[in-house]
Amino acid sequence: MIQLIINGQPRNFSVSNQTRIQKSDHDGVSLNITQLLEHMALQGKRIAVERNGEIVPRSRFDEQVLTNGDRLEIVVAVGGG
Amino acid sequence: MDNLIIAGKAYSSRLLVGTGKYRDFSETRTAIEASGAEIITVAIRRTNLGQNPDEPNLLDVLPPSQYTLLPNTAGCYTVDDAVRTLRLARELLDGHSLVKLEVLGDPKTLYPNMIETLKAAEILIKEGFQVMVYTCDDPIAARQLEEIGCVAVMPLASLIGSGMGILNPWNLQIIIDNATVPVIVDAGVGTASDAAIAMELGCDGVLMNTAIAAAQNPVLMASAMKKAVEAGREAYLAGRMAKKLYSASPSSPVSGTIASGKDKAS
Repeated sequence: MIQLIINGQPRNFSVSNQTRIQKSDHDGVSLNITQLLEHMALQGKRIAVERNGEIVPRSRFDEQVLTNGDRLEIVVAVGGG
Repeated sequence: MDNLIIAGKAYSSRLLVGTGKYRDFSETRTAIEASGAEIITVAIRRTNLGQNPDEPNLLDVLPPSQYTLLPNTAGCYTVDDAVRTLRLARELLDGHSLVKLEVLGDPKTLYPNMIETLKAAEILIKEGFQVMVYTCDDPIAARQLEEIGCVAVMPLASLIGSGMGILNPWNLQIIIDNATVPVIVDAGVGTASDAAIAMELGCDGVLMNTAIAAAQNPVLMASAMKKAVEAGREAYLAGRMAKKLYSASPSSPVSGTIASGKDKAS
C-alpha cells in the first residue's frame, strides 16, 4: 500500500482493490500517474498535475511511477477575475 | 485599426473580463459574449476529488480556441504559490505563456504585496512567461515592473471587488505617461462611467469581473461596459476640449438674433 497526498489530503492506494495497479519489476507495486487518474475518473479531463513541487507534463504521465509519500496537486481552471 | 497590442498580439477589444462570481456557466458565457472581450481571466484551483465526473468544465464553456485565456494567481500570498500556480496553468493550457500575476498582501483588502510581486514577476519572466501584472497605483512600482519585462502593468483603480471606481486618477495619469507597455486598469471599476473615465485618462484597457458579475443584470452590464470602454477610448483619441470655468463663446452665433434693443437708431 502506498500513501499519496493529493491536493493536501492523504489517500491510500492498495494493491488489493480495483486500482489496476500493476506489478513492477521490484518487490512492491507501482502506480503511474495515468493509472492514478483513471482510478480517480480524471482521465482525459482538462487538468494539470504537479508532483512534489514539479510540473509533470501530460506526455510523461505513463512513465512517472508514484512512490509512497508523494505530494500531488491536480488542478483545473475555474471562474476567476 | 485601433488595436490593443499585448506581447506582440493584437486584440480589437480593450475590455478584459473575469469569469468568476456568475450564477452558472450559462450566465458566464452569455455575459462574456455580450462584453465582446477577447481576453478572459481564469483561476487555477485544486480539482474537487469527489466530483461528479460529468461536471462541466469551464474550458469547455469558454474554449481556448475562441478566447485568449489569462490564468491568474488570485488567492496567492507568496512568490512560491504564485509561480507554481502559473506553471500549472501553462501546463493546463498547453504551453500558453500569457498570464496575470497578482501576489496579495492582505486577505481583507486584497491589496497587492509589491515586493513579492516583483520577485515573482522576475522568476516568471526568466521562465519565459509573458506577465501582465496587477499592481498598486504607485508609478515607481509600475516602472520597476515594466523594467524587469512585464508585458502590461495593471494598476488598481480601487480595491478588488469594491466597485469604488477610480480613486486616484492622478497616479494613473503618471503611470500612463511613463509607461511604454499597455496600462490596464484592473480592479475597482463599479459601473460604466468608471470604465469610460479610465479609458479617457489614456488607459489601454480595463479588466473587470465583479462590476459585471455582481450587477443585477450581468449580461446588460457587460454590454454597457463594452460601450463604455469603446466610448472612453474614442474620447481619448478625439482629444477633449479644454476645461474652463466659464466661456464667453456660446455655441450659437452671437449676431443675428431678433433680440430687441440691438437695432440701429434710424
